[in-house]
Amino acid sequence: MALIDTINPLLTTGWSRGDAGWRLKDYEARGGYVQLKRVLASKMTQDELIAEVKKSALRGRGGAGFPTGLKWSFMPKAATEKYVVCNSDEGEPGTFKDRDLLRFDPHSTIEGMIIAAYAVGAKLGYNYIHGEIFEIYQRFEEALGEARAAGYLGDRILGSEFSFDLFAHHGWGAYICGEETGLLESIEGKKGQPRYKPPFPANFGLYGKPTTINNTETFAAIPFILGMGGEAYLNLGKANNGGTKLFSVSGHVNRPGNYEVPMGTPFAKLLEMAGGMRGGRKLKAVIPGGSSAPVLPGDVMMECSMDYDSIAKAGSMLGSGAVIVMDETVCMVKALERLSYFYFEESCGQCTPCREGSGWLYRVVHRIEHGQGRTEDLDLLDRVTDNMMGKTICALADAAAFPVRSFIKHFRSEFEYHIENKKCLVNPDVQRAGSGFFRASSTAGAA
Amino acid sequence: MNSQYNMLSQEALAKIDREVAKYPADQKQSAVMAALVIAQDEKGWLSQEAIAAVAGYLGMAPIAAYEVASFYNMYDLHPVGKYKLTVCTNLPCALSGGVHAADYVKEKLGIDFDETTPDGKFTLKEGECMGACGDAPVMLVNNKRMCGFMFPEEIDKLLAECK
Repeated sequence: MALIDTINPLLTTGWSRGDAGWRLKDYEARGGYVQLKRVLASKMTQDELIAEVKKSALRGRGGAGFPTGLKWSFMPKAATEKYVVCNSDEGEPGTFKDRDLLRFDPHSTIEGMIIAAYAVGAKLGYNYIHGEIFEIYQRFEEALGEARAAGYLGDRILGSEFSFDLFAHHGWGAYICGEETGLLESIEGKKGQPRYKPPFPANFGLYGKPTTINNTETFAAIPFILGMGGEAYLNLGKANNGGTKLFSVSGHVNRPGNYEVPMGTPFAKLLEMAGGMRGGRKLKAVIPGGSSAPVLPGDVMMECSMDYDSIAKAGSMLGSGAVIVMDETVCMVKALERLSYFYFEESCGQCTPCREGSGWLYRVVHRIEHGQGRTEDLDLLDRVTDNMMGKTICALADAAAFPVRSFIKHFRSEFEYHIENKKCLVNPDVQRAGSGFFRASSTAGAA
Repeated sequence: MNSQYNMLSQEALAKIDREVAKYPADQKQSAVMAALVIAQDEKGWLSQEAIAAVAGYLGMAPIAAYEVASFYNMYDLHPVGKYKLTVCTNLPCALSGGVHAADYVKEKLGIDFDETTPDGKFTLKEGECMGACGDAPVMLVNNKRMCGFMFPEEIDKLLAECK
């Protein structure tokens, strides 16, 4: 679906025509590639460009929230072989913004990557696209062909001294490749197992060369930042949290979808934009930043605003901006069981605490959900997460542990009820009705 | 050309060449993920021989290509039905009926996850997040076609379309 609602469209300017507005001519008609032309014609220096991005307080939109301009400034100037890589391997449960960005407006990401390549001195780039969205990968390849034919990619772009080419690489079903060094390994044609850091990609990246790797939404924001100026972009959001952000709202709302709002927008407003709670039911819990972010009780969430600092203060993370909304029909044990299975399934297996720990978490939560939980299981889960967090090469172990700890912290009584009574606190029929699946069926009359 | 590549058609090899051209001349291995997909599309699944053929064509050790084929979930290392349906049951999809959609397909086809119908037409897989949670319930047909908002009527329609 195209964009449903927005407060201040920037990234989503081109989405209004849905699948009909993604081509180069459409992008150019709405001011596309003007910023690239300006950068090249004015012979803007790399430092000036990076300073402008720093001023915008743009922070990485993939989940970590690292300041983008600062990341670019880490690239060694002297190196001759450098790369720019875009992380469109969007597989964090709840996140589906990059898919729509590439679907409705692929050229903003392309322009952002070309400008980034200019800023860091890269000659070659790749966009790594989630394997499950192969149709989007094919569209992106088509868009690259358009940009190449128009002289925006290739040798001596638009007659300047600057040359850069860009290609698409697809994944094929591995969540771990969303981790940036796992992604680089994957482009190199290997298993996507994350690397030890340091060295960071800015020094040792793709093929061992300095590499800047950013999320799709981060790159897509660059042309808009240059268009309005870093300071104006910053002022759209709030201090330290510049600009607008796409939020993917999923779960028990009337209108799941992507919403672009200024950073700092109250969660209550975002929920309202998403059509409010499905069936008018009561908000129970929200995972505000993708499945790896700690869950927050509904009433805590209603007091939060959607920016890195506010969500962090409430004890969770803004992450990738994936807002998973759960109403009172959800059994929190069952919800956690599914998430724990995901991390168990997706652990790449190279670090023992994660490989073994994610399996322990899943099996213990599974037995609680299935009426075989033991009184000591909640302490056991706590100990297993202790042995995982911060003890592995990448953050997948932490991502597996956060949901377990936060679900138990905020909904402990539901877990205890399960262990004691060997069944759900939430009636199974209520849970079944909650999904809305049978609504469309002619045989079921449930709302 | 070495006979070991004979199992891949000229057309498939030409497609692989286009992938190889994306990467620096000394980094042919980067094309292995795409090349394995091309081989899988042509053969229906990836046999050891098909993996070895891809490896040989890219100048890799067969085990290096097998490592890739066995690491990523969407490579089929065993034969699958004509239509492989992958249903996402992860939490965001489940909140909007992903699990119920999977149950519905199971009942319609009479098979469980990781099974193939006796006529070899359908294989059912449980999927992890496909990055389309706003369109839940979501399923993939043969890895490359994504279908969203898959409620009973839509599932019936899809199954009827698969001839």
